[in-house]
Amino acid sequence: MRTLSEHILDIVQNSLRVRATLIEIIVEENKKNDLCALTIADNGCGMSSKELQQATDPFFTSRKTRKVGLGIPLLKQNAETAGGRFSIKSEPGAGTEVKAEFKLSNIDRPPMGDIWETLYQLFLSYKESELKYHHITEYGDFRIGSAELKKVLGNVSWQQKEIRNGIIELIKTNLEEIGATK
Amino acid sequence: MTKIKSLDDLRKMKEEAQSKIRLRENSDHPEEVVQVKVGMATCGIASGAKDTMKYLIEELEQEAIEAIVTQTGCMGFCYAEPTVEVTIPNKEPVLFGHVGKEKVHEIIDSYIKRGELIDGIVPLNFKTIDDEL
Repeated sequence: MRTLSEHILDIVQNSLRVRATLIEIIVEENKKNDLCALTIADNGCGMSSKELQQATDPFFTSRKTRKVGLGIPLLKQNAETAGGRFSIKSEPGAGTEVKAEFKLSNIDRPPMGDIWETLYQLFLSYKESELKYHHITEYGDFRIGSAELKKVLGNVSWQQKEIRNGIIELIKTNLEEIGATK
Repeated sequence: MTKIKSLDDLRKMKEEAQSKIRLRENSDHPEEVVQVKVGMATCGIASGAKDTMKYLIEELEQEAIEAIVTQTGCMGFCYAEPTVEVTIPNKEPVLFGHVGKEKVHEIIDSYIKRGELIDGIVPLNFKTIDDEL
C-alpha cells in the first residue's frame, strides 16, 4: 500500500465484509506531537480472542477464496517502520477497532493520498452501511458521513459528474482548510 | 461557481444542476442496466483498483452509458488484479483481469458497447459446449 488512503480503503472492506452497519474512520494528526493516528472502528461481528491473535498473521484469513490475509499485517508493518505502533481491539458481537499510529515526520510514513476519491468510492459502493469520516488537526476538524450526504442528495445517482465533483470538492476544500497533511 | 464547502453548498449545487441530473430510476431496476464490480480487497487495491474504478466511472459517464459501478471483495484471482466483473443485462457476468486504463477503454468500447469479447477474460464458470447440450 502506497498511501494511507489505500490502507483505509482496505481495512474498511474488512468491516463491510462482516456486515457492519456503522463504520467510523478517524484520522488525528498533530504536528506538535509529531503523530498521525488512524482509527477504524466498526460494529460488525467482532473476533474471538483466538482470532484476534491471528489477525496480524499474514497467513490467517477468514476468507475461503485465498489463503493469505495481508491487509492488517501490511498496515502494522507500515506503522511500525514509520516509528509508530499498531493495535487492534475486538469483542465478539460488539465490533472491532483497528488503530495505527505513524510518526508524522518519518520518511517512511506513507502519504495521505487522495482520501476524497477513496471516501467517494466507499460512499458510492456501500449505501446500506453508515460510514463516518472524522479528520482532526490542530487547526480544526472535519466530519462527513454517508447519512448526511444521503439526506442532502436524495434520490439522484452519485455517479453523476456534478454530484461526484461536488462530494470530492466538499472533502478537499475542508481538508485544505484545516491544514490536513498530504 | 463558488467552492463547495458545506453540505448546504452541496444541496444548492444539486438544485442548480437538477435539470442535468437524471433521477436514479436505474437503482429500482438494477438488472436492467450494466453492472460493473471492481475487486477491491488488499490484492486489488495494491495493484491499483482505485484508479481503475475512478477511470471506469469517468469513462462510462463520458460515453453516456447507464451503469452501476460498485466495489466487491476478493474473488480469488489475485494474480490477475485489478479484476472487473461486468454484467450486461440478461447475460452471464464476465470477469476481466489486469484492468488498467487501457483495458477499461477496451472493455467499454468492445464489450459493453458492441458485445464483443476481448482478451484477458478470467474463466469463471468453465462451461463447455457439452454442458449446454
